[in-house]
Amino acid sequence: MTRLLAIDYLMIAAAAWGVIGLVGLALQRNFSFVAKGLFPFGALVGLLVGGVALLALGGTSQTAELVIGLPNLPFHLHLDNLAAVFILLLGFVSAGISIYAAGYFRQGEGTAPGVLCCEYHLFLASMLMVLLADDAYAFMVAWETMALTSFLLVTTDHRHAAIREAGYLYLLIAHIGAIAILLSFGVMTSGSGDYSFSGMREQELSPFWASVAFLLALAGFGAKAGLLPLHVWLPEAHPAAPSPVSALMSGVMLKTAIYGILRVSFDLVGTPIWWWGVVALAVGIITALFGVLYSTVQSDMKRLLAYSSIENIGLLAVGIGLALIFHSYQMEALAALALTAVFYHCLAHAGFKSLLFLCTGSVLHATKERSLGKLGGLIHPMPWVAWLALVGVIASAGLPPLSGFVSEWLLLQGFLFSPGLPHPWLNMVVPVVAAAVALVAAMAGFAMVKFYGIIFLGQMREPALKDAHDAGIWEKLGLLWLACLTLLLGVLPATVILRLDAATRQLLGKGLADRVAENGWWMLAPISPERASYEPLIFLAIIAATLLIGRELVHRLYHGRVRRSPAWDCGYHFQGPRAQDTAEGFSQPIRRIFEPMFRMERQFPTPRDRQPIYTVKVSDHFWYWLYLPIVRAAGWVSQLITNLQGGRIAIYLMYSFLTLLILIMVARP
Amino acid sequence: MNATPLFAQLINLFAAVILLLSFSMLAQRRVIQLINLFALQGFTLFLSTLVVAVNTGQSHLYWSAGLTLALKAMLLPWILHRLVRQLQVKSEVEPLVNIPTTMLIGIVLVMISFNVALPISQLSSAIARGTLGIALAVVMLAFLMMITRRKAITQVVGFLSMENGLFLAATSATYGMPMVVELGIALDVLVGVIILGVFFFQIRDQFDSLDIHHMERLKDN
Repeated sequence: MTRLLAIDYLMIAAAAWGVIGLVGLALQRNFSFVAKGLFPFGALVGLLVGGVALLALGGTSQTAELVIGLPNLPFHLHLDNLAAVFILLLGFVSAGISIYAAGYFRQGEGTAPGVLCCEYHLFLASMLMVLLADDAYAFMVAWETMALTSFLLVTTDHRHAAIREAGYLYLLIAHIGAIAILLSFGVMTSGSGDYSFSGMREQELSPFWASVAFLLALAGFGAKAGLLPLHVWLPEAHPAAPSPVSALMSGVMLKTAIYGILRVSFDLVGTPIWWWGVVALAVGIITALFGVLYSTVQSDMKRLLAYSSIENIGLLAVGIGLALIFHSYQMEALAALALTAVFYHCLAHAGFKSLLFLCTGSVLHATKERSLGKLGGLIHPMPWVAWLALVGVIASAGLPPLSGFVSEWLLLQGFLFSPGLPHPWLNMVVPVVAAAVALVAAMAGFAMVKFYGIIFLGQMREPALKDAHDAGIWEKLGLLWLACLTLLLGVLPATVILRLDAATRQLLGKGLADRVAENGWWMLAPISPERASYEPLIFLAIIAATLLIGRELVHRLYHGRVRRSPAWDCGYHFQGPRAQDTAEGFSQPIRRIFEPMFRMERQFPTPRDRQPIYTVKVSDHFWYWLYLPIVRAAGWVSQLITNLQGGRIAIYLMYSFLTLLILIMVARP
Repeated sequence: MNATPLFAQLINLFAAVILLLSFSMLAQRRVIQLINLFALQGFTLFLSTLVVAVNTGQSHLYWSAGLTLALKAMLLPWILHRLVRQLQVKSEVEPLVNIPTTMLIGIVLVMISFNVALPISQLSSAIARGTLGIALAVVMLAFLMMITRRKAITQVVGFLSMENGLFLAATSATYGMPMVVELGIALDVLVGVIILGVFFFQIRDQFDSLDIHHMERLKDN
């Protein structure tokens, strides 16, 4: 018997996920088996997938053929280092989410857990197949399966009209994206009819057609990832979906789109042209700014996270753009830096965003409340969730010593070298983008303070919150796993980058490994230690020491001397939870400063109101500037077409008769 | 094999008769007469197929000819007659466009058909290639009849007459289609007429009339 290759294990894993799904469908009456048996088993498969990918990183690429589908048209599969990075992400992150899901899904909430189990595991398997696919046919089949299963997962609670609408919007934009991707593949075959990826690599495209292929791919994958202006489904679909599904979609599925962009632009389409990078950079930075601005003003916790995902996808696009620019000028070392930042941010974002979405799931189950305005003080009844959410929040805000900092730091390091670009205005404009990235990072911190502070700190805004309970054991395990991943990614950047280096090397021919390896595992210095270095453990030690010493000092100096007395209550004779800063109030300065960016509908109370009400509704300009005009135009065109349908058979016959006549006249020999 | 002049003349004669019958169907105002004309057209089609069969000696053309005789000259007219009796259709055909205008349009269509078919029939080596233009004209005229008549039953006759034209084109240009195809088409036509017969009853029950303009209400708005 021949030894099984890594790719064989991955195919077995995909099949295992499929089988788990089918078993769940078959045994859906046995709820406890589905929840406590199948989901943890799926998590185990996820761990296996992640482990296999980790071992396969740095190895030679492997191919396989899967005889499924149309006759004489097998699925070609392929495992290389680029795919391995994303499979690693899929495996390890989905393991945490699956464990969490074992404790999360309840009976009687929307779709039955057995059906959900089937959709969930097929979703996982299709994502794995997307990453393994080696021809356009297999890729599109897996891609569409992914879109359909995730659509079904989003509409789990399909009894609400709003959720059905969110699902419809998601499906619509997913299909627009799929069409663009299909066209991009079609352009890349350049009429040879060979839809395998190796065939596409061999085609020599003219710059014009290569650009068309790149732009179509950017649009198509951008629709899935949430790049502007195709981002509108994200803030609708994420709040609609159950939390493990949001976590999986935001943490993992968006990364498959990033994988697609990388695969097309660095691998399939040939040598990139410099302005592609500028396009990606521009779209990315606008997306990031837009996402972060809107995430600061949201009052629904899952919408806030959804906009924050848009922001992170924007940052990833910025990194890709920067890598493309450097790559097109043959500055491979700097391109490798930017690309490493992209890979790192993919991993980091997958970890912390899944963690945060799962935390919102626990809060939602404990309080039945999604609106920030009705939460608060949850650190007391839910200490586990609160402390683990803190890990995610710090990483998401891009603070050391956690994962978000490393990737954003790497990205900014990349920007610091952009003045070396041999292009007159590019080397002036790109640093402006760097400044914008810094702004985005700061605003992300603001949004995260809002998220964490309003949900977990302060006093409870509703009396019912006292009954909130902490997460169950499965949920805690899942959260803990993701928090550990986030911490490890933050503390061991050099080790992780050495692992990721194989993928960078595959795409660019050059990596960061040599210079990173020189400095040992505890210090990260991507260019040289003199220029910039980062020692996460020192940060961790200082932070831990400061906290411990501070705690000790407080204990020593104030212990037993706590005096409770009414604070300086200038006229307030009670300080209830209502007096706390609200979600809207907290972000009011941002709304004020960036007023033209938002479309706000505000309702102010008049002095004579007995029960004064203040409401503010922030909506997206894109709906009104882009989507609604398209909807109106579509309606108008359909109305025109309706006029053709007069209802008289004679007229219908006349149409076919005239068509026949004209065709005969045109086609006459 | 070369066609003897007699055979070629006979085929051209029958084709001309079929075209003439098409025109008379276009001009005919009575439903019963229309069906009779259709039967006559079927019979002429049978004769022309028979002549081609005798001339070329291909056995499947005999079958085609037999099928045409049984189906188009006997069975279908009989079914249509029965339908007219059972539905008690008024004997008057009501055209949407008056008949002289229809005839003029028909003449233009015949000219177009001949013009279009001329280059094609020069490529064809079959004995009856001169009839290709006529066949096309028959199809066009039948289509015209479907457009300009108001009653559902005349539309069915138009549809069947169109099939006659196609059949004529097939025999004249390529010595007929393969037997399987011909059987299939014959069956299709038969089933089509039966289904349409059922529909007539439905339409009459629904609207108390066979006038298709009542169906304008069915469009969705």
